[in-house]
Amino acid sequence: MRRRLFKNLTHAPVTEPAPDLTGDRMTSVGMELQGVIERTLGRSLAIREVDSGSCNACELEIHALNNAFYDIERFGIRFVASPRHADVLLVTGPVTCNMRTALERTYAAVPAPKWVIAVGDCAAGCGVFSGSYACVGSVAAVLPVDLVVSGCPPTPLALMQGLLMLLRAPADVTPPDAHAPQSSLSTTGPGR
Amino acid sequence: MFKALFGELAIIDAHHGCARVTVDSAIWRGIGEALREGKIDLLSEWADDRILHCALYEAKTRQACVASLPITAGKAPSLAVFHPPAIRLERAITDLFGISLVGLPDSRPWLDHGNWPVQAPLGGGGLPFTAPRPYTFLDAVGPSLHQIPVGPVHAGIIEPGHFRFTASGETVVRLEERLGYVHRGVEKLLNGAPVEEAARIVGRASGDSTVAYSLAFARAVELAFDFAPSSRAVWLRAIMAELERLANHLGDIGAICNDAAFSMMHAECGILRELTLRACDQAFGHRLMMDRIVPGGVRADPTRAGVDALLSLLRALRERFPELIELYVNTASLQDRTVGTGVVSESLASEFAAGGYVGRASGRAFDVREALPYPPYDVLPIQVALRKEGDVDARVWVRILEIQHSVAWLDAALHSLPSGDVLTPLIPRHSASEATTLVEGFRGDLLCHVRVSGHGPIERCHLRDPSWFQWPLLEAAIDGNIVADFPLCNKSFNCSYAGHDL
Repeated sequence: MRRRLFKNLTHAPVTEPAPDLTGDRMTSVGMELQGVIERTLGRSLAIREVDSGSCNACELEIHALNNAFYDIERFGIRFVASPRHADVLLVTGPVTCNMRTALERTYAAVPAPKWVIAVGDCAAGCGVFSGSYACVGSVAAVLPVDLVVSGCPPTPLALMQGLLMLLRAPADVTPPDAHAPQSSLSTTGPGR
Repeated sequence: MFKALFGELAIIDAHHGCARVTVDSAIWRGIGEALREGKIDLLSEWADDRILHCALYEAKTRQACVASLPITAGKAPSLAVFHPPAIRLERAITDLFGISLVGLPDSRPWLDHGNWPVQAPLGGGGLPFTAPRPYTFLDAVGPSLHQIPVGPVHAGIIEPGHFRFTASGETVVRLEERLGYVHRGVEKLLNGAPVEEAARIVGRASGDSTVAYSLAFARAVELAFDFAPSSRAVWLRAIMAELERLANHLGDIGAICNDAAFSMMHAECGILRELTLRACDQAFGHRLMMDRIVPGGVRADPTRAGVDALLSLLRALRERFPELIELYVNTASLQDRTVGTGVVSESLASEFAAGGYVGRASGRAFDVREALPYPPYDVLPIQVALRKEGDVDARVWVRILEIQHSVAWLDAALHSLPSGDVLTPLIPRHSASEATTLVEGFRGDLLCHVRVSGHGPIERCHLRDPSWFQWPLLEAAIDGNIVADFPLCNKSFNCSYAGHDL
């Protein structure tokens, strides 16, 4: 273990620079929403993730946000265990009939002001599961959705961009060279 | 054994992948008795239009077969009376088809929580909705017992399901799972779906096993259509399957150690997992390789640069993974948590025919890649990892060994990758046809049964995730352990909620 720790001390960190938030991809997202969150919460965001019927691919990529490459916590964004501690619900999957009540209760348990982000194509528009007897539909069919990060699943980079959008990015962000062709961002309504 | 059970019954011509026979209720009961005596393993049980199927495996002769019982007047005898591992499968059949399985020991619903607009959605008529029956958990009675309800929304970035613990102080006396929260109606959506659309749905049955699911489905459809994919496609598929195994095992080992409060392993394994996903993205154009395997071949053909990215990933793993194994072995605080925790006995693993690391950590030496090898494992065999202890540590070790075996296998495969086309259009047989296949996903053996009509669309597709036979063992593994060790045990199983609930 000592050898490993020493190596980590002498090597540069693998953590990558923050993604670019100034490009075209971001203009579609409401600046109003961003302003509201910034005024209310400063630069910290507590997230409660809820799988309302996902295939778990979105969960894998949300998990990746915490790995050393993306290290989302350096931006003040952290995942919390209880909805009572959360500012944001990050919802994945189509909403199944069997998860509807649990999702509504989780939302009710989040103190206001609160925001909902729908992650992935299923959460955005029910995906391949639309029309099923067992699904209510997209997240917007059950909760007011503020931001959609689409993709199947969205890449960690797209997720990071979506989350950082909610906080104003530091002015000195370095543009990345990576891009995320399987994902995109859009708001579905104004902030409340 | 199959000969003794089925005698000279005619094998159905239209079924491919393994033999299928039609049996009567006397033979059906004979199957139940053979299962009870442990002579054969249950691979799955599912219903179709007025037929009840079960898939069986005999370890001694390494043979699989499907037995089918016609259902008369909506009733059929239960297999679960003889063989408890069939209980949840039969509860699900009752929920989805409205069939009454006579003698089923547990009559509570399983997937149907009373929230769907219809009852028995896959049964012919689609019964109208009636008010849900209240769900009662099994009793645990005794002095100073208390219950801890957990879920469906858990305190982490994980899938939903409900756990009902009954504890005496810190010790778990009983755990009962209630699943079905992520039931999305996958099998109903597949009925009548064109092959391409069905492949996209199957690829989203369980996202962490998207390659394995797509592979099982593609193989079943191709067997039914009597179609052989190109040899490059066959190799690329297995390469993707092994990469998926690597990524998941790396993630799991890190997460298990994290649940034992050793976050350094989590961070280090997370780096290797991310490197794996990035290499997959470079080679196949998607980090999880979703929708890359389709009936007819594969949709992504890696360039030279893509193959090089995979080779340099293997070099990185070979260089960096041994240090992590050493770290795992030499950290006493970690070993203290994993060794002897959450033991699954050999007898339970064999009774439930548990696949993957759950079975192989408890002495059940079954791996589809070796037992019923499909190409290219028939040409390039893979070593099977096996431990007998059955604890969290053994399940970690099976994963460690499988990472090493997969790295060695991938190295050989990438160096002997044939050239040629990777995708050929499928041509329907013009007669109804069906197939059953088994594929080894990272979690264990995954069964796919497909029935196609003459002109193409899927008429019925049944998917059985390895988790079906692993979830019940988690209830057994936690018995007598402390509540605080549940996350550790649960992570060492890492069962799929989505794949189970469908």
